[in-house]
Amino acid sequence: MIGIYLLGALTIAITLFFSRNKLVEYSLVGVFLGLQTIFTVHTCMHNGITELVYFTYDSLGILLLVTLNIVSIPAAIHSYIYIETHKENPQTRAIYLSSFVLILMAISAGYLSNHIAVTWIFTEITTLAASALIYHHRNKLALEGTWKYVFICAISITFIFIGILFLSLSLQHAGSDDLSFKNLLAKSGQLNPIWLRMAFLFIFTGFTAKLGLVPMFTAGIDAKDTAPAPAGALLASVLMNLGFVGIFRFYVVVANTPLLHWAQLVVGSAAFLSLFVATVYMMKVKNIKRMLAYSGIEHMGIVMLGIAAGGIGYYAAVLHIILHAFVKSSLFFQFNQLYRVFQNKSIYHVGNYFKYNPTGAIVLLLGFISTTAMPPSGLFVSEFLIFKSLFDVGQIVLLIAVLLLLTMIIWSFGKNIFKVLFVPAVGFDDSNVEKISPWESVSQFVLLATAVYLGLNPPAIFVQMLQESVSLLPL
Amino acid sequence: MIHVLLITFIITLFYMAIANRLMTYIKVLALQGVLLFFVVFIQLSEINTLNLVLILLETIVFKSLAVPIFLGYLLKRNNITREAEPFLPNFVSLVITTFIVVITILISNTIKDDNLDKIFFVVALSTLFFGLYLIATRRKIITHVMGYMVIENGVFVLSLAIGNEMPMLVNLGIMLDIFASVLILGIFLNKIGDVFKDVDVDQLSNLKDY
Repeated sequence: MIGIYLLGALTIAITLFFSRNKLVEYSLVGVFLGLQTIFTVHTCMHNGITELVYFTYDSLGILLLVTLNIVSIPAAIHSYIYIETHKENPQTRAIYLSSFVLILMAISAGYLSNHIAVTWIFTEITTLAASALIYHHRNKLALEGTWKYVFICAISITFIFIGILFLSLSLQHAGSDDLSFKNLLAKSGQLNPIWLRMAFLFIFTGFTAKLGLVPMFTAGIDAKDTAPAPAGALLASVLMNLGFVGIFRFYVVVANTPLLHWAQLVVGSAAFLSLFVATVYMMKVKNIKRMLAYSGIEHMGIVMLGIAAGGIGYYAAVLHIILHAFVKSSLFFQFNQLYRVFQNKSIYHVGNYFKYNPTGAIVLLLGFISTTAMPPSGLFVSEFLIFKSLFDVGQIVLLIAVLLLLTMIIWSFGKNIFKVLFVPAVGFDDSNVEKISPWESVSQFVLLATAVYLGLNPPAIFVQMLQESVSLLPL
Repeated sequence: MIHVLLITFIITLFYMAIANRLMTYIKVLALQGVLLFFVVFIQLSEINTLNLVLILLETIVFKSLAVPIFLGYLLKRNNITREAEPFLPNFVSLVITTFIVVITILISNTIKDDNLDKIFFVVALSTLFFGLYLIATRRKIITHVMGYMVIENGVFVLSLAIGNEMPMLVNLGIMLDIFASVLILGIFLNKIGDVFKDVDVDQLSNLKDY
């Protein structure tokens, strides 16, 4: 099935690239979404099956694939709205839709791959597809953002490759050269620790470019800022999850060796630094889209803290990353409507949003509550569990520092969001503000509600799959 | 023989550190591709047509023909001045490059591993660090792409040092991906040449938080 999916998606992407007919393009995207849904259902029905040697449908992959499927449908709808309101010319539209399909395909395949080099290949393809999405506006800023993103990702990808080389050196000591995660896990006792350390450092650093963690987070911020909002939503949710998958699958291997404690230290310090950096930037950022992107860094920091703490933290981290994808993508979808009203990204030129688009303002408010993990947000549950895991391992000082940083983030986030919602913008001429249909906000409500539902009242099968996805980690 | 080639490879790094003109950089990159081809060719235990074609593609066609020609085309098309414009004087560059090589030799001496060819490892690591250094200290964007290519060459040597065979399909995918990323970098470099007056790093500082 994955062969059919990859071939079909690739064919659709290529046809879209050369097509100039609007009707054909939109129906092709529809066909792709259908294919994606069928594929997701197929993977759900065949849990644990390996197809085409390199792809295994395991619980983590399936969970994230379902997340991707749920986010991709509103992303397509909002891309349609975006293209229609901007009256894009046929060429830009074709390139946008083509790379939209390509990036979703590459991310899906990356989730499911069971071989570290195959994950590498698909991660690289996402960079290529993302570059076309980021460059969509074809102006100076877009060019700058694209260049930085492509360059930093190219370097990071090379780092991952170096890490893979070190890993294979480490694996030679175990008398094997099969780099699939399953074999790595089976041989984890015999891996050479020096090379394994080097491999972990390089692979971790490389994947942080996609995950959005210190040290390689910068490129992602520029990318999410300059890409069109629906594409930015993909970059800020499902693409970050791909970085998480890359690190997580390898972390599972390292965690089963004596290096567990060292790896926890590396991941934990990178996570705490990310939280710190996110706080500093959140305090001074005035660009709403960048603020949302920095908030993503904060959440990834929390997720990796959960991974580093272990115990219930593993479970909470996977839960958090899924819920975060729903919440953050809905905020990015909403941002596009905000931009259509005010024609500006800066806090200074935006305000009193409740007056111009009440439905959208409610989405922003609910999105704010969800992102900052206030109850009844689903993220509250996962964040609470992560704090509990930190408490369990006795990291009280770290926990207090994290809570202080989070308080500052909530303060600065709230300050900006309430300015957008209630305080009138100085010198804003509201005589010909565009009317936004409330229907455009429906998908955001659905996404936010899904996050609440999955957090507060998770279905049994969901909990079971979450537990399965972290079952290989030592307690 | 392999050792002579590898030492020549290190010397090309020193030459790059003090070279002034961008054309020289491109020629050195092409030379590195040829050197890598011979290193791999001598190392081959058995000659197998498919393998040979792949190696030829990767080193001669890609590293010493396609990329240098493409970079030369970019230079001409965007009227990039021929000076490399380093931030540091050439003498300092030379000293730092020497330091890099010495430190990598010291590092590799501490490692005891039978599966690892030490000279390969030294060359690979110093090429990697030198590539990063090149990126950090040159003003022009095109030199960043060259630095990236140097890093790629370093990774290539590293994969030889480790000598682990990946499945053919995976290898092919890796090669295609690297090729595509260089191509994409080139395309956007071209666009930068169209949009901005100078192709300098200083031009790329407009994305801000406020």
